[in-house]
Amino acid sequence: MVDTVQVDKLQQLAATIRRHDLTMVHRARLGHIGGELSAIDILTTLYFAVLNVDPSRPDWPDRDRFILSKGHAAAALYTTLAVAGFMPIEELATFMQPLSRLNGHPNRTKVPGVETNTGPLGHGFPVAVGCAIGAKLSNATWRTFVLTGDGELQEGSNWEAAMAAAHYRLDNLTLIVDRNRLQQGDLTERTMGLDPLGDKFRAFGWYVREVDGHDHGALLDLFQSLPFNPGQPSCIIANTHKGQGVSFMRDQVAWHHKVPNDEEYALALSELERGED
Amino acid sequence: MTTLYDCRDAFARTLEAIALEDPRACIVANDSIGSSKVGDFAKRFPGRLINVGIAEQNMVGVAAGLANAGKLPFVCAASCFLTGRALEQIKADVAYSDANVKLCGMSPGMAYGELGPTHHSIEDLAWTRAIANLTVIVPADPIETAQALRFAAAHYGPVFLRVSRMGVPAVHDSGYQFAVGQAALLRTGSDVTIIANGTVVSRALDAAVLLAADGISARVLNMATVRPIDREAILAAARETGRIVTVEEHTIYGGLGGAVAEVVSTAYPVPMRIIGVPGVFAPTGSASWLLEYFGITAAGIRAAALELVRMGRAA
Repeated sequence: MVDTVQVDKLQQLAATIRRHDLTMVHRARLGHIGGELSAIDILTTLYFAVLNVDPSRPDWPDRDRFILSKGHAAAALYTTLAVAGFMPIEELATFMQPLSRLNGHPNRTKVPGVETNTGPLGHGFPVAVGCAIGAKLSNATWRTFVLTGDGELQEGSNWEAAMAAAHYRLDNLTLIVDRNRLQQGDLTERTMGLDPLGDKFRAFGWYVREVDGHDHGALLDLFQSLPFNPGQPSCIIANTHKGQGVSFMRDQVAWHHKVPNDEEYALALSELERGED
Repeated sequence: MTTLYDCRDAFARTLEAIALEDPRACIVANDSIGSSKVGDFAKRFPGRLINVGIAEQNMVGVAAGLANAGKLPFVCAASCFLTGRALEQIKADVAYSDANVKLCGMSPGMAYGELGPTHHSIEDLAWTRAIANLTVIVPADPIETAQALRFAAAHYGPVFLRVSRMGVPAVHDSGYQFAVGQAALLRTGSDVTIIANGTVVSRALDAAVLLAADGISARVLNMATVRPIDREAILAAARETGRIVTVEEHTIYGGLGGAVAEVVSTAYPVPMRIIGVPGVFAPTGSASWLLEYFGITAAGIRAAALELVRMGRAA
């Protein structure tokens, strides 16, 4: 059973991470706030309750691997890594500034805790498959987690990776889909339909579970029951809301990469401080 | 009759030797086991050849993941598909991510001859050498292929290695030592320098013999490493011979000729000729027939060198 104290702690951490993220995007006048707010509960649950990682040894060979395939949500990853101790919180203020380590998309050669450079979509999932095969080859017990966007799954490379993961029986690999149902320009289903998404992954040989991607307890429950079925890769379709936590951003396509003005920033911050979800 | 070698044989033997010594070594392939000649590797090292099926984007991504997991992956796939289909993965997952992946482009150039331009890989050097943090090597014969592969295995970082299929004569003797980023002087000369790599180095040497009969002293440089390019050797050739002819089994746009011209034109301008595939899709023909057709031959190189000599020497 999920520990309610732990869930409370995760909720508080997620609220802190959301506030840092909003501040970064507002300060930089750049970023992808909508898809960051949709992913932050997943990131928080992973980094503070699931992943076996050590901020003092980001290159530790036996660490669990987490790959943010939706690299445009970099600010959410940086914030999570900073709060988890991989880098100083103060450094978040340099996001997108000249010569900052914190580019608009994550760079493993500069930012501790980043496993591979993402940005172009459909790249993180194949790399995660390679990590998982590598762990199997070494008889290692560390696990690999990859978070993709949903619109991102329109890239064919993901389905090459999905086939390979089932073929190689990668039960040490978990794919989480941030199913916020919005992409840059419109609803996923109006742009290039993905449903029935779970059936697609099942047909590719995955064990699929769906969850409310903002419910830390439900997420934790699922993560604690991995692998869902030995010999099969696990897919979690996390139903989320773009802009989660800020009423006027929630489910609004415009907030894919819109930047809040000072007034919107103040309003959003006050909503996040009140913990209105 | 000169013996001709398929460099894939030396490649496969050397890769097996590396795998025997280094448990990290593994192969990632796109159903290209036979065409990469790595069937014996698969038998000798069970589980260490990861076949991802006909899926080049996933192939390169998987290799980056294997490197992240501490493995030493050698991606073995036809160069046309490896570089054409997975170029963004090569850029982002391998080069930009500084993943310790070795990209082995098999059967490059026009090796697939009659199969046509879809299977020709005459753009791969232009594409790969434009990418930062990617070492690009084009070995000329079996000895150089084996040594370049040894270098790639020992070096941390992304490498693209072009492994030829079309039979080539040996141009290096057994004492040859490959050094990355350094041209090998195969023949001294003072009137013109011929800079070549890969399958056509032997043709550059043959051209130098023809030119000697014309009374022209031709230097021959084997420029196996295209990136980083050996600026010093190029500038010495420009200064000391005043004329440069480049030869490659690649389009004349953006390959070895382009790399040499970038150095020459900005640091010591001298007249040049670039021999390769002109900007066209090749007609039907075997690899050797196509090289003749496009004048990528000793006679073609000689003609270009004579043209430069007749222009006189830059003051």
